[in-house]
Amino acid sequence: MTHHAKKTANMSFSDEVTSRHGGETLTSCYQCGTCASSCPVARLDSSFNPREIIKLSLLGEKEEVLSGDAIWLCCSCFNCQERCPQNVEIADLIYALRNIALEAGHSPNIYSDFASALIAEGRIVQISKFVEKKREEYGLPPLKPVGVEALNKILSATGFTKPEKTEATK
Amino acid sequence: MKSYAIFLGCTIPARQPNYELSARKTLAKLGVKLVDLDNFTCCCPPPIQSINLESSQAVAAYNICLAEEAGLDIVALCNGCFESLAMANAALKKDKKLKAHINEILAEVGKEFKGTIEVKHFLQVLMDDIGLEKIKEKVVKPLSSLKVAPFYGCHSLRPSKLLQLDDPERPTIFENLLEALGAESVEYRDKLKCCGGLLKGISDDTALSLARDKLVKTTKAGADCISTLCPFCFVALDIGQLQVKSKFSEVYDMPILHYSELIALALGVDPEELALRSHKIKADTVLEKIA
Repeated sequence: MTHHAKKTANMSFSDEVTSRHGGETLTSCYQCGTCASSCPVARLDSSFNPREIIKLSLLGEKEEVLSGDAIWLCCSCFNCQERCPQNVEIADLIYALRNIALEAGHSPNIYSDFASALIAEGRIVQISKFVEKKREEYGLPPLKPVGVEALNKILSATGFTKPEKTEATK
Repeated sequence: MKSYAIFLGCTIPARQPNYELSARKTLAKLGVKLVDLDNFTCCCPPPIQSINLESSQAVAAYNICLAEEAGLDIVALCNGCFESLAMANAALKKDKKLKAHINEILAEVGKEFKGTIEVKHFLQVLMDDIGLEKIKEKVVKPLSSLKVAPFYGCHSLRPSKLLQLDDPERPTIFENLLEALGAESVEYRDKLKCCGGLLKGISDDTALSLARDKLVKTTKAGADCISTLCPFCFVALDIGQLQVKSKFSEVYDMPILHYSELIALALGVDPEELALRSHKIKADTVLEKIA
């Protein structure tokens, strides 16, 4: 059991979410739907609706929220958060839900790649020899060393774990 | 003149030296000094925040500490880096409890967040430190026949409570900076909607539809090019046009230029020095218009 899972074992799901970094504002939602009507993804994909994700979280539908695809479809544009009349920090809330889902073993495989790169290089995009050479040709200064060691210490101190890949790709 | 620690992040050095090159040339021409600090890491943007929000905030704070120690404000070119760092900076300055908590973590690497510096977007440096009048004076090659559709992207503006770059619903900073170059800033529908960049690899169809929407609406508005502030938006719209072509059989041929590239051209930097050839959609029509 992770640190967070131990702490939250006997909590209701909405309490678990509000106890998390980013999830604090969940219970302020009064389901007006301003978020859904501001969402560029909801307009294109009916399987994503931020109001619905909040409703299910408030109703304690933990399994449906954490194992479903919906929480991963937010494009993090912050339109909803900007417009929410109740100041629900919806995009942050979705990060909190993703953090919980990930600890429970649910996440699209791409996050495992991001985490691997971050841990190994201190960057989430690898810099190729080709681009380094191009930089030199353009007269750009050589890249400075990356603080990978400090970064990894911070990741360990905050319980960052690399999500495992699952066979079924979401 | 003012000095800044330049924060490059991951995507710009890995994929878009054209952004860095044009930004460095522009700021040099305008007398802003850039310092490259050791040990900056990834800013921990949304994909990492999705894994662990607390880790991400602590890493952002670590990077801010490096600039604090050097006594320099940060300038970020990428919207993602700007957002991660400016959000952490504002949140930690505002919330003493959070600051104490993050500082406990940072103690493990011998750092302490003090809250002594600002994190600025490239546009803010141009607007606040140089100003529109000074930029107008420095323009040697006005972009006067050019219709430019400004595309802010999401993380330059939102969440506005923490970023405070401009009004999140009716911003004007980008438009004003384009007009200072002599260009016409073109209005188009859904200007402030997302490029879809962060959905790539997760929901590719939605990502591409969001990018295509920008191409449709800026074309309809008669723009000669779209101007971007973020490497993710640039990729979504530039390389995105090749994907739109193969999926929708639609050809837009809409050049995408970072604002840094447009201002560098207006300030008289030779196009050959700007790596414009690295764009998938060639900027030739834009160069002809301003020749």
